[in-house]
Amino acid sequence: MSGIRIHVHQLSKQYASLSVLKELELQLHEGEFLAIVGRSGCGKSTFLRLLAGLEEPTDGTMLLDGQQVNGIHPHLRIMFQDARLLPWRTVLQNIKIGGKDQSDKQISESLSLVGLEEKGNQWPSKLSGGQKQRVALARALVGNPKILLLDEPLGALDALTRIEMQQLIERLWLKQKFTSILVTHDVSEAVTLADRIIVFEDGEIAQDIRVDLPRPRVKNSDFAYYERTILDQLMGKTLVHVYSM
Amino acid sequence: MQQSWSVNTMIKKRLLFSFSSLIVWILPILFLIGWQLIGRADTLPTPLQVLEGAKRLYLDGTLLDAIWISTKRAFVGFFIGGSIGFLLGLLNGLSPLSSRLLDTSIQMIRTIPHLALIPLVILWFGVEESGKLFLVALGVAFPIYLNTYHGIRNVDRGLMEMGKVYGLKGISLFRQIILPGALPSILVGIRYALGIMWMSLIVAETIASDSGIGYMATSAREFMQMDIVLLTIILYAFLGKFSDFVATVLERKLLGWHPSFSKLEDS
Repeated sequence: MSGIRIHVHQLSKQYASLSVLKELELQLHEGEFLAIVGRSGCGKSTFLRLLAGLEEPTDGTMLLDGQQVNGIHPHLRIMFQDARLLPWRTVLQNIKIGGKDQSDKQISESLSLVGLEEKGNQWPSKLSGGQKQRVALARALVGNPKILLLDEPLGALDALTRIEMQQLIERLWLKQKFTSILVTHDVSEAVTLADRIIVFEDGEIAQDIRVDLPRPRVKNSDFAYYERTILDQLMGKTLVHVYSM
Repeated sequence: MQQSWSVNTMIKKRLLFSFSSLIVWILPILFLIGWQLIGRADTLPTPLQVLEGAKRLYLDGTLLDAIWISTKRAFVGFFIGGSIGFLLGLLNGLSPLSSRLLDTSIQMIRTIPHLALIPLVILWFGVEESGKLFLVALGVAFPIYLNTYHGIRNVDRGLMEMGKVYGLKGISLFRQIILPGALPSILVGIRYALGIMWMSLIVAETIASDSGIGYMATSAREFMQMDIVLLTIILYAFLGKFSDFVATVLERKLLGWHPSFSKLEDS
């Protein structure tokens, strides 16, 4: 199972007079892990929603393996900041939604992949926030998707659970090799996970960096270098602002 | 040692449990005792006299007949009105066009107290069965309509979006996400409607009827049978409590996933 190529050309999105994305150009090859960082309102989440087919672009083209995005691609999955589990379905039944053609054995295997094999018959309301996101991850991956979009899925978790989830996502990505796009405001998370990081500013790509670090990544001086470069870009404008006052 | 200790705590727990379940009954029992002490046959028959009246009516068959007729009326009316309210709620909840067309008019009709229609109902239907069913159905339809409609409109948008990402649409989206999401609200509507059902029926039976519990009350009034009048009031109370019990069981069964309905022991 491999990922999908993504080709975005001249992509624009406008809400009334507000221009959220401006003629975006982006190419990703199969199985690449891209992180998009930026301040709130820079258009990064909108980009994901366009790619997922949840919203229509104002202009431009998006090709997944050469095919124009038209509605929700069957091999695409998206994870949100909230887990969005059905509260009236047990954990296993929730995962089943992501893999209708999968056998019960495959469903429970995907649950043990995220380390929750003993929670299969629980209601989601009995799980912690991190456990819910792990179930959501199992649901997203059980159907062997070719592209996984992550819209700040770890934003609401505590620091330790976040690190665990990052490791889990990395491990499953290395195993299944789907193309992945992570939207986050956490620079360190982006450097931990991504092959390539782009910085969004006002709907445009302000920076595009390839992260050349061996996995699993440790927070050494090389790691800090990438972090510093991206933070400088993100903070740059405000710093100039402060000095000029 | 260990074992006798655990048996001891078990007994203590049992006692504590039976005491806490007894607590509920203290006030009703005191009330009954007080009533028995101050009661007088001509103004306020005692509980025992009411029981005797009940036995008399039971033996000549009128009691069970009346209960059966009233219960049947109540639930047939509930079924008709509930179905109409539920279907309209579904339609308007799912289709914005239909909601634009119908909702304002339904809300306008809703503001009329349905019991105000009694003179009209008597003129239309006389003391026929259909008049009472009409009143019950009318009273029941609105709470169920309203709660179904709002239940569907308030289904979590995030869950709907998730469903679409996973390829759910049409019937399967409705069955897996919309209906279960609206169910807590629909059940609140049903519970509320059950109360209105009995109220409408009592009024309709008291004013225009030749059978049922309400008729039993009016004819007992004419013959000054105070014990029977009190009996009918108690009967209505029991029937109301019974339908509330049914609603609670329904909630427990259907909303087991809901944190506020789930039982403690299954955690």
